[in-house]
Parts: sequence; C-alpha cells; structure tokens
Amino acid sequence: MTDSRPVLTMTGISKSFPGVRALHDVNFRLFPGEVHALMGENGAGKSTLIKVLTGVYDTDEGAITLDGEPVSFTGPMQATAAGVSTVFQEVNLCTNLSVAENIFIGREPRVFGAVRWGEVRRRARALLARLDLDLDVSAPLGSYSLAIQQMVAIARAIDIKARVLILDEPTSSLDAGEVAQLFRIMRQLRDEGIAILFVTHFLDQVYEIADRITVLRNGGLVGEYLTTELPQLSLVEKMIGKELDVLEGIEEHSRRDLAALEEGTPLVAVSNFGRAGAVEPFSLTIHAGEVVGLAGLLGSGRTEVARLLFGADRTDGGQVAIDGTASSLRTPAQAIDHGVGFCSENRRAEGIVADLSVRENMILAMQAARGWLRPIPRRRQDELVDKYVKALNIRPADPEVPVRNLSGGNQQKVLLARWLITEPRLLILDEPTRGIDIGAKTEIQKLVTQLSDGGMAVLFISAELEEVLRLSHKVAVMRDRQMVAQLANDESLDADRIMQTIASGSHREEADR
Amino acid sequence: MTTGTLTAGRTRFRLPRKQIPVLATLALLLVMYGIGVSQYTAFSNVQVIFNVFIDNGFLLVVAVGMTFVILTGGIDLSVGSVVAMTAMVSAALLQDGMPAALVLVIALLIGPTLGLLMGCVIHFFEIQPFIVTLAGMFFARGMCTFISGASIPITDGFWTSMSQERIGDPRGNFVSISVLIAFVVVVIAAYTLAYTRLGRNVYAIGGNPQSALLMGLPVGRTRIAVYTISGLCSAIGGILLSFYTLSGAPLIAVGMELDVIAAVVIGGTVLTGGAGYVFGTVLGVLVLGVIQTLITFDGSLNSWWTKIVIGGLLFAFILLQRLIGIRYK
Repeated sequence: MTDSRPVLTMTGISKSFPGVRALHDVNFRLFPGEVHALMGENGAGKSTLIKVLTGVYDTDEGAITLDGEPVSFTGPMQATAAGVSTVFQEVNLCTNLSVAENIFIGREPRVFGAVRWGEVRRRARALLARLDLDLDVSAPLGSYSLAIQQMVAIARAIDIKARVLILDEPTSSLDAGEVAQLFRIMRQLRDEGIAILFVTHFLDQVYEIADRITVLRNGGLVGEYLTTELPQLSLVEKMIGKELDVLEGIEEHSRRDLAALEEGTPLVAVSNFGRAGAVEPFSLTIHAGEVVGLAGLLGSGRTEVARLLFGADRTDGGQVAIDGTASSLRTPAQAIDHGVGFCSENRRAEGIVADLSVRENMILAMQAARGWLRPIPRRRQDELVDKYVKALNIRPADPEVPVRNLSGGNQQKVLLARWLITEPRLLILDEPTRGIDIGAKTEIQKLVTQLSDGGMAVLFISAELEEVLRLSHKVAVMRDRQMVAQLANDESLDADRIMQTIASGSHREEADR
Repeated sequence: MTTGTLTAGRTRFRLPRKQIPVLATLALLLVMYGIGVSQYTAFSNVQVIFNVFIDNGFLLVVAVGMTFVILTGGIDLSVGSVVAMTAMVSAALLQDGMPAALVLVIALLIGPTLGLLMGCVIHFFEIQPFIVTLAGMFFARGMCTFISGASIPITDGFWTSMSQERIGDPRGNFVSISVLIAFVVVVIAAYTLAYTRLGRNVYAIGGNPQSALLMGLPVGRTRIAVYTISGLCSAIGGILLSFYTLSGAPLIAVGMELDVIAAVVIGGTVLTGGAGYVFGTVLGVLVLGVIQTLITFDGSLNSWWTKIVIGGLLFAFILLQRLIGIRYK
C-alpha cells in the first residue's frame, strides 16, 4: 500500500429512493495499488454506492473525484472510458464468441472497417500473458470454466487503461481453487498500481486479500479500517451493528430442556444434505416440539438450508429419515406430504397473493394438500379462518379484505396461518419477524413458543441473535455457506459465543453428543 | 508472487464444435449428390448443379437475410410476403409504363423500409419478433391482393433480357444473371458477418443480449439493422423471382418463409442465435434444391416427398444442435 494521494474519493454521498434512504453521507476513498474491501450486510448500501460511482444512479448529494478532478459519470461506459471499470458477479460476456473477441469486441483494431483478426488475437494473447493466463484465444469463451471467464472479463476491463477496478462479488460462484487464481491476478494488478474495490460476503477472503476495509450499515458509513488493525470479530460487530457488551445484557429467558426433547426418534433427520454453489453438505436432526434456531449473516446459506429441507431446491446427495424411516424431500409436494411447512423470507414475492383476500390466502396450502377436486366447504373455511384471525390477532379482523391492504406484520401472520391450518409437524420460518413492528414481532415469538409446546417442530431462521436465543432449544450456526456448529442453548450460550462462532468458525461443537 | 504461467483447465473438450453442423450439412449434401449420381446417369451433368442454383437463387438471397435475423436470436416471418409484394409492385409499375430503372429502385426500397419499421417496433416496444413479423407478413400479403387479385405478366425489355440471359461455358452449361446476383449477395453477407463490427455485434447479441448491452455494443441499432437487411434481401429475392417467372402473382411464395427458415437451420445456424455461417445457409439451400432435383429425377414420387424429407432433416438437425450443446449454456 502506498500513502500517496487517493486515486478516487467519494465525499458526503447521499442517495434516496422513494421511501428508502439508500445512502446517507457516505465517504469512501481508494488509493492506487491497494485492494479495498467494501463490507456490509445485504441492504447496507454497497451496490448503491457502486452504482453511484459508475454513474448508473445520480447522487442526491456529494462529490466524486478521480485523480483530484471532480467527475460525474453518466453511465458505466463513460466510467470505463475514464478508467473506472466494473466486473460484475455474473460474467457479462458472450460465451459463443472467442476469448479474444470477448476482450476486444466494440473496440477491435480495424483497417478500412474490417476487423484485423490477427491483431485482435495477438493483442489478446499479450494481455492475457500479462495476467499469466495461457489460453487459446480463438476458443469459444464458453469452453472455459466460470473462473477463467471471470478473468477474461477482468482482462477486458483492464485493457481500457483502467486505474480503478471494481469487482462486485466476483467470487460468489467460484470454488476455492478458482478463488486462488483470481486472487493471484488481483495481487498482480494491485502491484501494478491499479486500485481495486472488492465486494464480497466472505470474511476469510477479505482477510486474505484486502489491505483496507470500509464498512457500511443501513446506508451509513461505519468506518474505514486497515485490515491488520480490525480483528474479524470486530468486523462482524461493525457489520451487524451491535457491540458485544450490549448483547450480553439480554434478559435470561427460560432455557428449555433440550435433553428431554431429544429422547426418542427425531422427527426429521437429514445427513449430508447440500447443494453445490448454495450450501456445503450438513447434517441436522429436529425432534418433535423442538425449536432449532439457524443463525448466521445474511448470505451465509440460511435460506438455502431451509429450501433444501422443503424440497424447493434438490439436494445433491445425502439421506433423510422422517420418524426414523428413510424417506426423501425432493419436491415441495413431498415435503408437504410429510408435514413440512415453509414460510418464505420473501413474503411478497413467494408467499402472499396480494390480490386475494385474507381467507383465500389462508386456505391456499390446505386446499393444495387436499387436491383441487375436493373444495373445502365454505363453512369449514370460515371456521378455520375465524379461529386463526382471532388466535393470531390479525387486524383488520375481516377475512374478506384483500391481503395487500394489511400491514407487513399482519401479512406475515396470514402467511403463518396458511401453514398452521395444514397442521404441519415441522414449520420452517425464514426471517418471520423481519420488517414488522415490535408488537407483531412479540406475538409471533409467543406463537412459536406455544406451537413447540404443543409438539410442533420449528426451524427458526433469523438475523437477530436475541430472538434466536430466546426461542431456540438448539442453535445451528451458518458461515460462508457451511453449517459450522450446532450449539445447545444452555446457560453457557450467549450472543457473544454465537458471534465468535460466526466470526471464526473454527471450533466445531456438537450440541447433542 | 509466483509467476508460473497458468494453463487454464477447460471444462469441456474442444473440437471445432461450431463447425460441426456445417460439416454435417456438407456431408449430407455430398451423400445426396452421390446417391443422385449413382442412380441417374444424367445427374452427373454439371448443369444439374447449375439448375439447382438457377431455381433457388431467390431463395438463397432471402435465406442470407434470414441468417442475419436468426443469428441475433430473432425470426422474420414476413419474408415470403415481402418477396411476393416486391414482385407484385414491380409488375404493376411496369404495366403502368414506368421505366425499369425507377421500378427497380422503388421495389428495392419497399422491403427494407418494412424491415426497418418492424425492427423499430421490435426494439423500441420490446415485442416478440415472431408476432411483429407475423403482422408484417399479413400486411405485405394483403398489399399483394390490394394491388391486383390476379397475376400480372411482365413484358418489359430489361426484365425479359435478365430472365433470358445465359452466362455459360463453351460446353453449353450456363447460369442465369440471378445466380450471379445471389453470389454477390452471399459474398457481401459473409464478409459483413466475419469482418465488420455490425457482423460481430450480430453474433454477440445472439450469444447474450444483456452482456452485449453491458459491453457497450449498440444492441438496438444492430437489431433494427438485421430486420432491415432481411427486408432488403427479401426485396432482392422478389426481384429475382420476377426475373424468373416474368410476372407478379398475389399468391406466389406463400409459405416460403418456412422453407427459408428450414434452409437456414439445416445450414447449421442455431435458432436461439449466436452461432452459424452464411456458407452453412448456402449449403442448406443446396440441400433443399438437391432433394427437389432427386425427386424430379425419380419421376414417380409425389413432390410432397420434398416436404417430408425436409421435415425429417429439420428434426435431425435441431437434435444435432441440442446434442452438441453449441450454446455452451
């Protein structure tokens, strides 16, 4: 790293969208010859900041300078021309064209309008040699792995005399060996003096490659740190936004007796469930009446675990036993047959049918389970709906109102009721309390406790550790798409220990052995 | 840091995969020709090949335009109707006594104008090419009958001379002017696709339109251009057809768009876009022509056998494309 002047500065950047303050008063700077990681949870404002920088969005306030000169790009093309190139998570190249053509298309060397193919190939070879890549430049790009395609995208980006290279989650679909290749190239470019802005969800990668870290949270700047001076645990704290000593003050809720629950045959026992690119193989047992918490940062693979258990994604391998009998969870229909219910994290896109009424939304899952040829009698519908509207305190208490007119919390309750009507034996709740007010939150938490007392098993996914601790008998911890630990929720477990597990992931503990 | 040169592991083996369909078409053509030569003595006469070109010159030109469109992942159903409309307009104007040169200019402007309009609708309103060009097809066919319900003969001197001119070798083999025009079109098209930015953008858009946009390529302009090119090729095809038949008929070239699409696909161009060559299209047209010739030589087979064989071949070639996974997706 050098202590010369920054090649790029962003000062006092603010950006609002209708109803959302995406960025407020964010500062960011980038020095030549450094890898600078931009960190934050989903929704922290990383993407918005990059889009503001590359001119996809205008800024509401704030200034950007490149080499000390104020700049304002109108779009990625103009930014690229000025030396600020972006490589996106998905490789935006054409796999049907050759490697060389992908690097040069749109700016091929020509003579009288005719592309000079020999020159294109020669220059592509020279450029790739600079990156220590020995590829057949006339081969179609699609014949190479995703990692190589990613590097060809970088080659295309740096050819335009790039001084700033933005890599937006370039590693999310690469395996460990491919990440190593990418990092080798990043180090080399850094040593040549290119400033690299690196966005990733993987903490290990940040500590491996980044010189400096800027943390964003909820659209605001938390701070800029040297990687060597910021321990991994502090980074997690800064991303989540809670100091450990604050978390330690959580009131003790009745810890629940795990040993008693875990006698007998588990309701669901999966072993070596996993899916390449989504989540590493894991094993998990859930007993009747047990609440299993799933903790981890956003993007750590929590939802992926839930989708595998519900059959929404198909596992690559492994076994599942239900009530001790070998079985399978390959489609949602099978999972529903086995009594699994799934309240999705994304209630607007995947759960609620906004134009249908509360009643219609509630009976959807039950009707699906019965088959469409056996309609539920209206009187039975009304009974059920009335019962759950009362039990869950849904407002307005009118079952014929379109669901879109309800608040987020009440929509969530309708979605819960939909699954409760089917009387599931295992209910998967993915972030059931996100974005709803505190009252509804408490009611949903109370409901989870009641359900588990009544013998229902619950897999409870939440980013809020207090909530997970309060409700769960057992906490499974996710990190970088791996289930790194399963911790019994006894006196020794607190948010501090869960956070340490998320941050380090090294000590693997088994709760039930 | 280490400086050992990295040889990247490629995930799939590489043969000239892209060329496989074209090579398959070439092999097929040679086999069919071999069958013809072995079965019928007169088949080996060079004029048989020349006649295939003479009979299908207009089809070849239209298929070249279609190749541009299909390479971007689009489709143009209007070509048959535009061919007919061009011939109709030419015949009607000539009948009214307009000079041949002026008629040529007007006839050659109609097709590209319609193509430009359809391209703009497809691009700016983001409507499926299938439905836009279907509308263009009905419109152009309707215009044919609007001009005249019956066939209009062409007696113009220029037209008849173009129709009757024979360019031959001393042994009496000959081709028509239309064949030469078709070859010029083929050469220009092949050059455009291989060596110009327009051509390379066509392949890029067919490969991945979102990527092409993010790479800064003029996606909209290119997309509009291919429908205009297809319109121009249809117009040239229409003129060649009127040279060939010396008339304009409202119901000529009905369903021709489907023959054209079949020829392009049999020639190895992938329907989803991004892979294919004009040379393949030439081979595709020749395959169709040789099938017809074989059936004519046989004499006992109904001409519908042409359609049956084309249907079978089309299936086979689409399966071939799928099996070799030319899209690398």
